[in-house]
Amino acid sequence: MSFINLREKIVQVKVVYYGPGRGGKTSNLEYINRKFSKQIQSEMVSLKTHGDRTLFFDFLPFDMGKIKGYELKIQLYTVPGQVKYNATRKLVLKGVDGLVFVADAQEAMREKNIRSLNQLHENLKEYKESIFKIPLVMQYNKVDLRDQGIPILPTAVLEQDLNSKLKVPYFEASALTGYNVPETLKKIISLTVVSVQKKLL
Amino acid sequence: MNYGVVSQEQLEKIDEILSEQLIKIGVDCVIIIDMAGNIITAKDNGTSKYDVYSFAALAAGNFATVDAMAKLVGEQEFSLLFHKGTDCNIHFSKIDEELLLITMFGKHISLGFLRLNVVKALEQIRKLWGVK
Ligand SMILES: Nc1nc2c(ncn2[C@@H]2O[C@H](COP(=O)(O)OP(=O)(O)OP(=O)(O)O)[C@@H](O)[C@H]2O)c(=O)[nH]1
Ligand SMILES: [Mg+2]
Repeated sequence: MSFINLREKIVQVKVVYYGPGRGGKTSNLEYINRKFSKQIQSEMVSLKTHGDRTLFFDFLPFDMGKIKGYELKIQLYTVPGQVKYNATRKLVLKGVDGLVFVADAQEAMREKNIRSLNQLHENLKEYKESIFKIPLVMQYNKVDLRDQGIPILPTAVLEQDLNSKLKVPYFEASALTGYNVPETLKKIISLTVVSVQKKLL
Repeated sequence: MNYGVVSQEQLEKIDEILSEQLIKIGVDCVIIIDMAGNIITAKDNGTSKYDVYSFAALAAGNFATVDAMAKLVGEQEFSLLFHKGTDCNIHFSKIDEELLLITMFGKHISLGFLRLNVVKALEQIRKLWGVK
């Protein structure tokens, strides 16, 4: 649920990066934090385990500047991807306005991507949201590993597995090199802002 | 109630309540957030500067976690959420299903006195929201 402050003319919008464990959600935010430091006024908050796995969420407030006289603040979150953390994953989804699904493009991760997406579908239902309606962008991450000879799923297969019914915008990406990380972000921001405008204004 | 948009008039009245009931008695900072971690309004005494956006995200997470734990042990909710430090204390209270009032205050205010004023502020805010 986005929030609009009419007095100070600030719009807050919540975008969540969702996906299987170790898929690269936190790495997406870390890259954004490094590359767009001018648009980020506070520290990135990371609630993580000693082994650098997300325990609860990462949080990064991203300033988009003014749009139609309103200051737009995009609140970026990640969920913990590990299977055992679904209770906390659900808490982070509370009030979500837009989603990036970060899939791990490695062949070995095929099943995990599908299971994670199915669980997202279920989790959204609990908030009376629909995966078919909420702004969503697919990201097929870690494609840089192809150059190291690690088996990577062809994008056509990922599309078939994850996006054949949803038909949302998608990007091959590498959160390590930053390839298509800003493009993913721009896409989800524009989809989300349009949907929030429709809902609230 | 569509809490997604709050009118200027409502916000000004809420700010007035917060100033009158809480800032006046020496509270450092009061924030109203929603359960998704958005800030509805923030007021401080002019000297303390917190990163309110990060704070709101963490506070919403904290509240949601404690709430989920309460349900697990069969409680409706834990009505008092309070963190005590040496120089700063944090007090949480629920305005309604969607909104939280968070108060940060120093050692010169007792918890009892604070709670009394929080309750008054809550009553006034709920009334304001109820009539809209
Ligand atoms: N080669 C490569 N490695 C990546 C990429 N993205 C992330 N990684 C690595 O994958 C591991 C997991 O990345 P994270 O960003 O922590 O993954 P996560 O999705 O946040 O994981 P959880 O917090 O457990 O859900 C780290 O070692 C990253 O360096 C990528 O695009 N390419
Ligand atoms: Mg992570």
